[in-house]
Amino acid sequence: MKNILNNINKAFDHRVRLGIMSILVVNEYADFKTLKELLGATDGNLASHSKALEKVEFIRVEKQFIGRKPNTRYYATKLGKMEFKKHVEALEKLLKG
Amino acid sequence: MSSEDYLKDISEIKNLMNKSSRFISLSGLAGILAGFYALIGAGFAYWLVSKSTRGYLILDGEIFRIILLDLVLVLIFSVGTAIYLTTRKAKKNGERIWDATTKRLLINFLVPLIAGGLYILIILSQHKYGHTGALMLLFYGLALINASKHTVKDVKYLGYTEIVLGLIGALYPGYGFWFWVLGFGVMHIFYGSLMYFKHERGQ
Repeated sequence: MKNILNNINKAFDHRVRLGIMSILVVNEYADFKTLKELLGATDGNLASHSKALEKVEFIRVEKQFIGRKPNTRYYATKLGKMEFKKHVEALEKLLKG
Repeated sequence: MSSEDYLKDISEIKNLMNKSSRFISLSGLAGILAGFYALIGAGFAYWLVSKSTRGYLILDGEIFRIILLDLVLVLIFSVGTAIYLTTRKAKKNGERIWDATTKRLLINFLVPLIAGGLYILIILSQHKYGHTGALMLLFYGLALINASKHTVKDVKYLGYTEIVLGLIGALYPGYGFWFWVLGFGVMHIFYGSLMYFKHERGQ
């Protein structure tokens, strides 16, 4: 039991953060607007949660311009994907156990 | 956290994974109608060939040109219906019709399909037409499987079915027409109904 709980990651302990990771592990990348629409989060909410994930290097952010519009793309890092997988497996184990 | 919370987390994760990578508003009704168009088109072609004096199809005749036109009409009606009904369903579901997912869906679908279509036109121009029906089924099946990772699962099974029919059809070149009817007519109606009853009924 203790082992399983070790794999429950505090970084994913919020709906929006869990949501960001869920989207990024099955897509090459997602931009800010797409994440916002899918998660139904506000700008500030999404920005602060994505920053938290960026800080622990679970996601990577690329800023660029499409024409004259700024565009921010989010990518899941290798580490992020691995940690997310562990987290989901732990959740599933907890449900079974 | 209670196990109810964990369950909610898991279902939220699954839901977001699907919503962000799959276009789920594909219309089953459009599949059913495409099947009927194919049956009508095939029925017309069959009538045309059997009432002609020869009773079989040759490549340069007038009848062949009419059948090509018949085929193009079936295609246009099917695609038109699919676009109309799918757009309508996407609007109802609040899903965007033109985003990264639908773009990927279309590209993955169209690349094998267009490659196959051009290949079929090339071999037709070289007067090899025994396998046309089988090749259409094969390439269509491959296109469906390729596109299926970006939409509902039923599309993948329709793809496998078309490939199997195409391969059996290639073994019996004389019956290509009937395998075509089975693949493009009957199977569209079958899988379209499956999708319709699973996802659309009562919506």
